[in-house]
Amino acid sequence: MRAAEAFRVALDALRANRLRSALTMVGVIIGVAAVIVLVAIGSGAKQEVESQVEGLGSNLILVVPGRVQFGSAPTVSRLQLSDAAVLGRVVGDPRRVIVTLTSGEFARVGAQEEFVNVVGTNENVAQVVNRPLARGRYLTATDVDTRRRVAVLGSAIADRMFGDLDPIGRQIAIADVRFRIVGVYGEVGSAFAVNRDEEVHIPITAQQRLVGVSRIDALAVKASSSGAVDELQGRLLAALEQRYPGEEFSAVTQTQILGTIGRILGLLTLVLAAIAAISLLVGGVGVSNIMLVSVRERTREIGLRKALGARQRDILSQFLIEAVLLTTFGGLIGIALGVAGSAVLATYSPVPAVVTWWSPVLAAGVSAAVGVFFGVVPARRAGRLDPVVALRSE
Amino acid sequence: MTGEPPQHAAVAEPTEPAPGPAVEAIGVTRVYRGDGVAVEALRGVSLRVDPGEYLAIVGPSGSGKSTLMHLLGCLDRPTAGTLRVGGRDIATMAGNELAKLRNRTIGFVFQSFQLLARTNAADNVALPLVYRGLRRNERRRRAVEALESVGLGHRLTHRPSELSGGEQQRVAIARALVGGPQLLLADEPTGNLDTRNGAEVMAILDRLNSEQRVAIVLVTHEPDIAAHARRIVRVRDGLIASDQPNRARVRPRLPGDEDNGNGANGNGANGNGANGVERPEPDR
Repeated sequence: MRAAEAFRVALDALRANRLRSALTMVGVIIGVAAVIVLVAIGSGAKQEVESQVEGLGSNLILVVPGRVQFGSAPTVSRLQLSDAAVLGRVVGDPRRVIVTLTSGEFARVGAQEEFVNVVGTNENVAQVVNRPLARGRYLTATDVDTRRRVAVLGSAIADRMFGDLDPIGRQIAIADVRFRIVGVYGEVGSAFAVNRDEEVHIPITAQQRLVGVSRIDALAVKASSSGAVDELQGRLLAALEQRYPGEEFSAVTQTQILGTIGRILGLLTLVLAAIAAISLLVGGVGVSNIMLVSVRERTREIGLRKALGARQRDILSQFLIEAVLLTTFGGLIGIALGVAGSAVLATYSPVPAVVTWWSPVLAAGVSAAVGVFFGVVPARRAGRLDPVVALRSE
Repeated sequence: MTGEPPQHAAVAEPTEPAPGPAVEAIGVTRVYRGDGVAVEALRGVSLRVDPGEYLAIVGPSGSGKSTLMHLLGCLDRPTAGTLRVGGRDIATMAGNELAKLRNRTIGFVFQSFQLLARTNAADNVALPLVYRGLRRNERRRRAVEALESVGLGHRLTHRPSELSGGEQQRVAIARALVGGPQLLLADEPTGNLDTRNGAEVMAILDRLNSEQRVAIVLVTHEPDIAAHARRIVRVRDGLIASDQPNRARVRPRLPGDEDNGNGANGNGANGNGANGVERPEPDR
């Protein structure tokens, strides 16, 4: 039998039982659509994190105390502000180093009070990270050296607390200490689940007094080029370990952070896809079931076809093609629904959903494979029917 | 309906006229084993059907005549004994070869017609050609010719439900013929038909045998139907009880037939009459 003929016969059979064919396809449709949407969410999350990390600025090395690994408690920092100068000498440019000391504090403007992230830092923000100003100025070396009580606000805080008013020159009380606002950052979004538009930057010296410590949390160093990152990483660690013998420090690059997060999100995507694949499996069992019914219903037809010269292989392929057509149509509809669903999610909800090119291609392949896998048992049963018995059935 | 049949010459592939018997069974037995009980449907049957023969297998139900027909048609294999089709022992043939044999050498006509309900007459007739791998146009051409040869050239696009029983059986005969078989096996071909339609169907079979020299094996329990054959084989309890020429043959109304004039019951005339409008009488 010619392949085109086999397809025509299979299509006719599916059309003869429209409702049954449609209901059988629903299982596959749901499975495929679920796989597409969940993989899109996983991919979307990964892309978002990647863009956040890259949005921090390029060629960054984060220097933190202790060993960075998931599951371990953060080490209490013994890093000092003076370490910034040490690392500055290692990089060859003191302006390529920033420091941070972060705490959560209540901030008040007039009667309005909010809990905000207060970050003590130095005058090098503009040189190291990607943080454009909307208005006013950055913190300066003089602000840091003289422990001036000035603040630069994240865009979201400025919007909420001042609205249409220009915050420059106005006061904000942080932990009941009054700071004068000298600048407002432009909108930059989140990184690592921290919304950077919700931060207030004050001089590191002022923050150390506010919190009552003399340490800093971490440093960030900007390498001169991406090629210099790896080599600089080692030299930074060596300098710190020389200064604090017996202590451990970590210097993490963006690539390393992305690698770790990518692995976690990749795993998450895989788990989501696997859960969705279970429903595809259930859909496949449905196809198998209906094909068995179809074979039984058409036993006489099978007997007749054999009497007229159909080989076992002809009958087998007729039913196999029928099953594969069912799952492939279902798969294509599922892909369309999944892609549309992902687009709706991405547009109308905060859930990131990005359909990568490979997931529909894979879904189409998998649904065809489901048809073969779940169609082969009924099709073989049909192919092996004894024509004499089959002709006599009913 | 008589005269040289160009339609069938075109329908049939040039099949080499086998010199030996069309089908030959030698000491054939067939035992069905089911539920722990072995049923011996055939207990050692030898039967030879030569090309162009017209024989009827008769016997009460359960005598094994259907089993014998299934074996002759290569739908089944004997438990023991030898079955030769076109000189070849089917025991040596694989399933695909048997399928090819059924497709090209043998035509089946069933009591219950066995037409595909959702398929029109022309496509039903073309079904065996599908398994021969012929192109659609060619299948169509041959199916139309075969339907015309049974007087149904005007019913090509009708579905079985839109046809009378007699018309359905004629479609089934066209389907059996379309592949140009050497042997046509008809299992109670008139069993589901009234007398008039039955007569029409038998007239077509008579004509096929006398004009195209297609060997016909009728399986029936009706003496009136068996009377059309030239040879009658009686089967009883899985054995051949008798195998004799048919002396009281119903003579098909055909020129050049060697039998004596016994066409009084007018079966052939009936068949012609019903289809006289579509099919030209012997003319030119």
